[in-house]
Amino acid sequence: MKKIEAIIRPGKFDDLKDALGKYDVHGMTVTEVVGCGLQKGKKEVYRGTEYTIDLLPKVKVEIVVKDNKVDELIKLISEAAKTGEIGDGKIFVQTVENAVRIRTGESGEAVV
Amino acid sequence: MTRQRTKAFIISLLIIMGLLAVFTGAAWAGDPTGANSVGINSVTAAKAGAPTLEEVATDLGKTKIGLNFVWVILSGCLIFFFQAGFALVETGFTQAKNAMHTMAMNLMVFLVGTIGFFIAGFAFMFGGVGALASLGGTEPLNGLLSVGGWNLLGTKGFFLSSGGAYDAGVFALFFFQMVFMDTTVTIPTGSMAERVKFSAVVVASFAISIIFYPFYGNWVWGGGWLAQIGSKLGLGHGVVDFAGSGVVHAMGGALALAGTLVLGPRIGKFKKDGTPVAIPGHDIPIAILGTIILFFGWFVFNAASTLNGSDLRLAVVATNTMLAGAFGGFTAMLYMWARHGKPDPSMMCNGALAGLVAITAPCAFVSGISAAIIGIVAGVLVCWAVYIIEHKMKIDDPVGAIAVHFVNGAWGLIAVGLFADGTYGDGLNGVAGGVTGLFYGGGATQLIAQLIAVGVILAWGTGVGYIFYKVLDMIIGIRVPANDEINGLDIPEMGIKAYPDFVLTASHVAAAKAAAQAAGGTVTAPTPGA
Repeated sequence: MKKIEAIIRPGKFDDLKDALGKYDVHGMTVTEVVGCGLQKGKKEVYRGTEYTIDLLPKVKVEIVVKDNKVDELIKLISEAAKTGEIGDGKIFVQTVENAVRIRTGESGEAVV
Repeated sequence: MTRQRTKAFIISLLIIMGLLAVFTGAAWAGDPTGANSVGINSVTAAKAGAPTLEEVATDLGKTKIGLNFVWVILSGCLIFFFQAGFALVETGFTQAKNAMHTMAMNLMVFLVGTIGFFIAGFAFMFGGVGALASLGGTEPLNGLLSVGGWNLLGTKGFFLSSGGAYDAGVFALFFFQMVFMDTTVTIPTGSMAERVKFSAVVVASFAISIIFYPFYGNWVWGGGWLAQIGSKLGLGHGVVDFAGSGVVHAMGGALALAGTLVLGPRIGKFKKDGTPVAIPGHDIPIAILGTIILFFGWFVFNAASTLNGSDLRLAVVATNTMLAGAFGGFTAMLYMWARHGKPDPSMMCNGALAGLVAITAPCAFVSGISAAIIGIVAGVLVCWAVYIIEHKMKIDDPVGAIAVHFVNGAWGLIAVGLFADGTYGDGLNGVAGGVTGLFYGGGATQLIAQLIAVGVILAWGTGVGYIFYKVLDMIIGIRVPANDEINGLDIPEMGIKAYPDFVLTASHVAAAKAAAQAAGGTVTAPTPGA
């Protein structure tokens, strides 16, 4: 099992969710986050004093899938979340040791 | 089912319309235009329909004074709504972690201020104002403390009872003046927000409502020495301040300046080299709502200062107020847009308020064009003042109260000496003829009187105010501990958060840590969700 963690533009989340739904992925955990990367902060002026907004809002989507689905999902997410401009975000992939469905107690790849 | 329900609905509708139709043909038994309700029968008379001349005169007097009472009391209610405006502006311009503290201060100052004004403030201010004809005469208010013919303080009306002050006219005056006083008490809370102790503001509010505001108020509005410099020294009409650019706003701003000087800036507001750091307010939309509420209240703040509903000059006053506020806000918007690239909404608020503050003294004495010019100057002045106060003087005023209320209050006072056109104010402060400024052939005498007023406000509000806050700081301390300031005042000071369901974001934590480092202390920053 792998966990795919995609940090994307908030405005692209609906596109991604639709794409995942079509691919039959319905389980995900979504968090509103702030962060910084290549996309530098913005300079603005408040009451005559300049300030920088360096942490920009992003959405973090976490999905755990079977190993064989990873490459396809990465392609799917990349397509759905891409604008081509700096600030589109990143995808991280991690190995997951185990998964348990709390309701039934079953575990392993069957639950994802 | 749906079709049945629709049918039932249409049938009931037809029945109701049918019932209504029955009555359309009925004869008009009432008086739909009201024309028959205002005839001679409405005059209170021993013999209905045939009042004597004396009865007519009595009724006329009642109507006239009744109109004034309604005007003054209803306007007082609307001006009270200022409190909501100030609460929203100040809270919107400050940080979420202090929202409960800032909001609560704005309610508390009214509670404290009312008590202080009731105990002694009103008596000091208006205890010798004499009989106000428009309120049916307030004869009990006839006590003035004088030295060598110069009046210094009122002496009647303590607890609204001493000297026979239990009087409808006196109560009407108290009601109206109380909401004015409250504006002065609430102005310093904005400048001192986010670091001042709640308890210190309680004590300071008593002092402002009993001493600072009423003393100066007496000198200008209560028949005191600043009002007398016209008749005694030939300085125009003495100090002229129609609705309180000076008495209310500049005094509030001067006290805010004093308090802020003693209190010092918020932690993290200035870098070690003195460069100011922007600390954006957490809810500018709510500050804009507050500004609109203040703008709304200002129409009667100024117009009802006629204390007289049949003084038609009140229309000029209300319109001038509207003009100056709009020109002030628009000018500040354009200035920030041109200078910094965007029409800074927080400065649009400050600009509108600056125009309103500036027109408050001259509103009754100037033309519409002059009101517009006064507003335009205020709009630029407030942008400069905010910048100079923060960047040059290194004073931390989160809401811009000093720039709006002190600087533009002073400008409003000066504007009377420049733009008053001589059409109004005959007999004011015992001086014949209309109030006339420099630009309308009145010479410099009125302007000199106005400049004296500015000087007195600076000496009394900022000078004596500084000593007051300094002593208060030595006795009870006026600043919260650094740890409380960094984590937010809501819990340590008030015991409840404004937004308990909000999770602190990572940027809050980063900001708090940075501030802690700047302060040189080791402070545990709150963890998200804690």
